[in-house]
Formats: sequence, C-alpha cells, structure tokens
Amino acid sequence: MSEIVNLSRRNFLRAGSIVCGGLVLAYYLPQRIFPALAEANDMTYYPAAFLRIGADETITTIVNKSEMGQGVTTSLPMLIAEELECDWSKVRVEAAPVDAVYNNPVAGLQMTGGSMSVKTEWDRMRKVGAAARMMLIGAAAKLWKVKASSCRAENGKVIHSSGKALTYGQLAEKAALMPVPEKVVLKDPSKFKIAGKPLLRLDTPAKVNGKGLFGFDVTIPGMLTALVARSPVFGGKVKSFDASKAKEVPGVREVVQVESRIAVVADNFWAAKRGRDALEVVWDEGEWASLSTQALREQFAATAQSPGMIARKDGDPEKALASVSKQVNADYEVPFLAHATMEPLNCLVDLRSESCEIWTGTQFQTVDRGNAARVAGLDPEKVRSHTTLLGGGFGRRANPHSDFVVLGVEVAKVVKKPVKVIWTRDDDMKGGYYRPMWHSRLTAGLDSDGNPTVWHHTLVGQSIMAGSPFEQMMTKGGIDATSVEGAVDIPYAIPNVLVSLHSPRIGVPVQWWRSVGHSHTAFVVESFIDELAHAAGKDPYQFRRAMLANHPRHRGVLDLAAQKAGWGTALPAGRARGIAMHASFSSFVCEVAEVSAGPSGRVRVHKVVSAVDCGRTINPSIIEAQVESGIVYGLSAALYGAITLKDGRVEQSNFNDYKVLRMDGMPVVEVHIVQSKEDPSGIGEPGTPPIAPAVANAIFSATGQRIRRLPISATV
Amino acid sequence: MISFKVNGKVYEVDVPVDMPLLWVLRDNLGLTGTKYGCGQALCGCCTVHVNGQAVRSCVTPVSSVMGKEIVTIEGLSPDSSHPVQQAWIAEDVPQCGYCQPGQIMSASALLSANPRPTDEDIDQAISSNICRCGTYQRIRRAVHRAADIMAAGGKK
Repeated sequence: MSEIVNLSRRNFLRAGSIVCGGLVLAYYLPQRIFPALAEANDMTYYPAAFLRIGADETITTIVNKSEMGQGVTTSLPMLIAEELECDWSKVRVEAAPVDAVYNNPVAGLQMTGGSMSVKTEWDRMRKVGAAARMMLIGAAAKLWKVKASSCRAENGKVIHSSGKALTYGQLAEKAALMPVPEKVVLKDPSKFKIAGKPLLRLDTPAKVNGKGLFGFDVTIPGMLTALVARSPVFGGKVKSFDASKAKEVPGVREVVQVESRIAVVADNFWAAKRGRDALEVVWDEGEWASLSTQALREQFAATAQSPGMIARKDGDPEKALASVSKQVNADYEVPFLAHATMEPLNCLVDLRSESCEIWTGTQFQTVDRGNAARVAGLDPEKVRSHTTLLGGGFGRRANPHSDFVVLGVEVAKVVKKPVKVIWTRDDDMKGGYYRPMWHSRLTAGLDSDGNPTVWHHTLVGQSIMAGSPFEQMMTKGGIDATSVEGAVDIPYAIPNVLVSLHSPRIGVPVQWWRSVGHSHTAFVVESFIDELAHAAGKDPYQFRRAMLANHPRHRGVLDLAAQKAGWGTALPAGRARGIAMHASFSSFVCEVAEVSAGPSGRVRVHKVVSAVDCGRTINPSIIEAQVESGIVYGLSAALYGAITLKDGRVEQSNFNDYKVLRMDGMPVVEVHIVQSKEDPSGIGEPGTPPIAPAVANAIFSATGQRIRRLPISATV
Repeated sequence: MISFKVNGKVYEVDVPVDMPLLWVLRDNLGLTGTKYGCGQALCGCCTVHVNGQAVRSCVTPVSSVMGKEIVTIEGLSPDSSHPVQQAWIAEDVPQCGYCQPGQIMSASALLSANPRPTDEDIDQAISSNICRCGTYQRIRRAVHRAADIMAAGGKK
C-alpha cells in the first residue's frame, strides 16, 4: 500500500508469473441494496484480478476495498490465504485500479461502505484462493504425471504423497496456464487456520515509519497546489473578486474563477494559503443566507407536531393510545455533524486532452470516475484513478456527487497543469455534507403491568438520498430508507407501532456519516425505551430483555454485555451505568457505559463494556479495534459534536470549536465477541450507534437528568 | 537562506521566514511522513522533534529552527526499530494511520524525558494528539510496552 499502484487490468492479466484464466463463476447475491445497478453489473470474477504469485514466492493480493482504518487490507487477504494454503508472511497488498471486476457485488459499484466489505467478499475471496490452489496442484500433478488427488497444498507448497514438493513460486508460471476450475469446494470453517486468528495488520509497518502514502502525500512532476475560496453560505456564487493582492504573494501562479468558487494556484501549500488569505471576493450569498440552527430547531419542532409519511404501521396505533394506563411523551434532537476525518479532503488531477489521471483517497471509485469523466468531457475508460490510503473516511469520502474529485477536475481543466486541490481544516469543517440534524417526537403507552402497547415516532430531518443518483433506488413512497433505519425496525415486541417521516428540503448538503440513520435513531429509540422502563418502574436491562423473546441475537448481546459489565452490582459513589442495544449492518451490539457526572456538570465516561455479534469472526483483533473506534467516534459526537449555523454560515472551523475525544477522555473499553457460525456481517459502523444512548442513560441513572438533546455538553 | 538539520542531514532553504516548518518539510524536502491536520497546533498530526522536544511544526516558523536539529518520523530510526515503533507494531495500533506519525513522535519525546510514564503522564503528553479512529486505548498500551522495551535495553 505504500506505493501507488499503476496497473491496468489488461497489464496484470498479461504478466508472466500470474495465476490467471477466464474463470467465470456464477456468484450468489444474498441481497441487493442498489438492485437496478446490480442487475446491470457483470457478475463474474477472475482470480487473476485479485491474486498474483511471484517466482520469488510473493503472494500479492489486489484489494478492491479502500483502506481507511477498518483493516480491510488484512481481512480480505486472510480470506484468500485461508483457501490458498500459502505462507502468510509472504502476503502483500496492492490497491485495485477501477474496473467492473472489483465492483461490490451487492451495490454494483466499486466502493467501500455500508460495513459490507467482509460480508460481501467473504465467498468470493475464498473462491479466488481455492481456485488458485487447485490450479497450483493441477500444475504440479501434470509436471509429476500423477493424479491431482495424490497431491496436497500446504504452507506455500504442493506436496505429493511420495513426499516430493514444489513451491508456489516454482509452480506459478505453469499454474497460470492451467484451466480455471469450474467448481471450487470451500473448506469447512472448522478447518480454518488463518480466519479467526488475531493476525497483525499488513498495513501497520508503513504507518509507523512515515512511508504510507495518503492522497495528501502524492506528488507528481510539475504539480501545482490549489486552495479554493468558497461562498460562506451554501449555494452562494461569486459576485466579483479582486485577485491583485493574492497575485503579489510570491509563489502564486494564478487566481481563477472555477464555477462558483475562486481557485488560488501556487507552487506549494503555503503560497496558496497566503494567496487565498489576500484574496478579496464579494459573494452573492443566495437563498440560504439567513439560515440558522435556532430557526431550524423551531421549524423541526413545529413540523413534528403532525405525523408525516408513514414508514411503518402495526396494529391500530391511534386507537390503542386511547386505552393505555400511562402515556409517555418526549422530544429528542440531534445536530448536524461533520465527519472531520484526520486527513482533510484533497485530490490530485493530471488532466490531458485524451486522459485524466486521479490520485485520491476515495470510498467511491466508480461514482468518482463517472463524475470526473463527465466534467472532463472524456469517456470513463479514459479516467484512471489511483486509490491511496485514506486518512479516515467515515462516509465522507463516498460522496454521491464526488464533490472533492469534481472540484479537482474543474480546477485542472482551467489550470491545464497537474494540480492538487487541498482543503484546509477550515474548508473541510465548513464544506458541508454533514450528518443531518434531526428532531424526533415520541409518544408511547404502557398497560397496567407496565408493558409498552403503543409506540409513535415522528422524525423530521433531511433526506441524504434526495438529489443523489441513488434517490430512486433508496426512496420508496417518499421514504428515504436511510432516514428511518433503526426506527422502523425496532425489535421490541410492541403490538401497535406508528413511525412517520418528514423530509424537509434545506440548503445544507448532507451525507452518510458512520452508521448513517442509526447514528440518530439508536440514540432516540434506546433513550426512550429507557424512559419507558423507568416509567414502568422496571430495570432497563430486564425491561428490554422481556421484549426480545423472538430476537435471540439481540438478546444474546444484551445478556453478554450486562453480564460482563456486572449489571446490577454496586459501583463507587457518584457512578452509574447505562445500557443500550442496537442492531445495524446485520450485526448486533450492546454497550454498557459507566459514567460519573460531577457537581459542575462535567460528564466523565469511565468504562464501556460492549458485546458484539457480527457473525463468524475473521480477525478478532480488528473487530475489537473497530468497536473501540466506533465507540470513540460516537462518544466524540455524543459529548461534543455539533455543526451549527448562523446567518447561513457554519460556526465551527477547527478542533477548538468542533471538539473531539482525546486521550484524557478515553474510557476503558472492553469488547466481548459472541462466538457465531453465522456468515460475517458488518463491523466498521455497528459500534457507533449504541454509545450515545448508553451514556445518556447512565447520566440519567447518575443524576436524574434525562438527555434529550445532543451533544451532551449543550445540556449538562 | 535558512539552515537547519533534519534527520542528521544539513539543509539550506530559501523560503519566506514565516513559512511553517511543516510545509518546508513536506513541500521543499519531500518528507511527507509529517502530516497536516489542523494548521493551528490543535491536533498534533504535525509533531516533530526540535532539539529533542515535541513541537507542532504547523505553527513553527521555519526561521525559529535555524541551526537546530529536527527529527521527523522518517528519521526516528532507519528500520522501524525504535522502541515506540516496535511497540506500535506489536500492539497493532494504527487504523487509518494518518495521525500515527504525530502520535509516535509525541510518545517518543515523552519516553525520552520520562522512561516510565504513568497513565496520567500519558494523558498529559498525548492528549494534544487527536486520533479520529479512536486508537487511544492501544496507544496507551503501546507506550507502556515501549517503556518496557527501553527498560530491557532496547535502543532509544
């Protein structure tokens, strides 16, 4: 991963020491979230696209997923290696170029997101390894004039029953000429030697010596650096600008208008920065110049008074409410959130008359290529994209409009030289595509035994899919599925349920943010369930448990977390526990937070005990790291995270006013993994949703104050 | 001309005196291991050693390091053998990895001054370094492990 891969598919299919062939295997699609695209997709694959075996014994795996910290450049190679029976120490990784063969078989796009990588590649990667192993055995058998069945593969060698052996490196060239098996038989998971082990990540060495290349780090000969001035209000345009002072800055080459922005192009970052500081622009701020968070909060609260489009209706929720013995009402609010990836956005583009070459850390290769081609006026095949390491993604680097790539191409088009467009932290923070702000209004009723019989949930918030290429696929009957996920599928046994949605159109660009809709619905649902438990005079853990009789996997993580956290046992004075459980991306997570709230209102999260069921474990060390990561990401947002607007302007600009968790606020995190024989499911995101409600519920338990608005720092 | 030493080698650069050391390292010397994260000494991604002290290079004017010795992540060891690097590998600390050069430079400066830091010492020294992937728990473990490696005679 430390080098930029520069291979087209044609090249590696041709190279000599490659295990290759025209393997065409029908691929079973378990589900399709983007069905129309998946239909059009070529559902075949080629071992050669994913694997090269060198005469020097090197096993090069080509990973079709972007490494943004989630460990995918270790977990997918582990699946190949498991079936290949190779020496793990010889395994190397390359980032895949853009090609349909690398598409996510569910999404029909080359992309990384939705916590889908292992879930969707778990079969294919093992088949790649198994097919290559069979070809290596076939080559050895042919050479030795023996039956393939008298040979076995072990640790990078093919061994005959007589004891003679050849290494994979010795066999690679001949194996490449073998027919690709039409059928491969995969190992029984009980025989796994690699999958299930906490192997060290393959990308770590390049991340401790400075050699790992992120998009920010790539340079090419003759490259210039550009910073871009944008309207302080979303949707604003340039009225006029004066570049004379900017052009006086040594190192500034040109100052040009690019669509609705002004690019300052210079020899290096510092010159571009000083040039942009000196630039004078008068903006036509457009229709959103008076937008404010306060006004939006009031508007959302008013909208939530009436039901919206119906997303789920069970039983007779209106009538049932009339006959309850106790009614509970609450309004919940969450703010816009920035992704604030550690590496600000950037994109390097070398645009020529007949080609366009792009270097960037992206989660969205196919979409970016299409958008880049459209802006460049080229066929998509003329666009070559190099996926570097990503300095964090969290959804931001999967932009349906390819905003940071399109900007790069637009600037390159005007500048006519290779140019890297860099976003400062301020640009990144104010640049939009936030997790939407939400208002949720809840009403529930309990019967005389304290059991919930009715649940009304009205949500108000922007649709992420609206206006994106995915709108048609992801929106049914006006309901954007990502707006209500986690709210329409509450697992608790409640006979009368009404979930409805309002999707106001507002000029703030919004996007998926780690765990998407679950990032707000889990907070609301799991906090309100806690309110109901207290209203019923019941223990919050037992209250949930009693309503999960038909959901063994939900109940499994609930029980495991409660047990490991010592739920119900005494804590030091001033401390209290809160519990929350949420399923997302086909995985199940329960978190118990141990919190103290000081007299000054300062909240301290001391410990988080989590239980996770993400199906079969591929790498437990990576699963632990992802759950820790999800908790920290969610805790930063729960405690501090808010993007607010005043006079149409984003009020935050950097980590001083968009605070995130630091080492001194880090709780002890325990991760307990449920042993499961189910197929692997998501792990990059599911750790995030339960942490905000677990902490909020613990604060209630400690202080009696119910947190109904995030961030917690805004109310405690 | 401003002259200083980076990773044992003397450099002379002709740049504006207020240019931050970070951009001289990255854009003039091609040492891209040191990262930009905030530009205001808020995140620690740009941490380097200046005469042995952990410094945020994004707010350090290059003129202020004239004649001084700078060490970047590339110069911490020739072969990732520094105890902190060894510990980072053994604990599998990095996720996206972008903040890790800064974390490692902060941790190595801490251990030079305090070979047996407590959790509180680590909080104090490393809280200036943000990690959005949330690797803090492993960083803490790795700093203690690095202290063990050093105590057992591993080179500094």
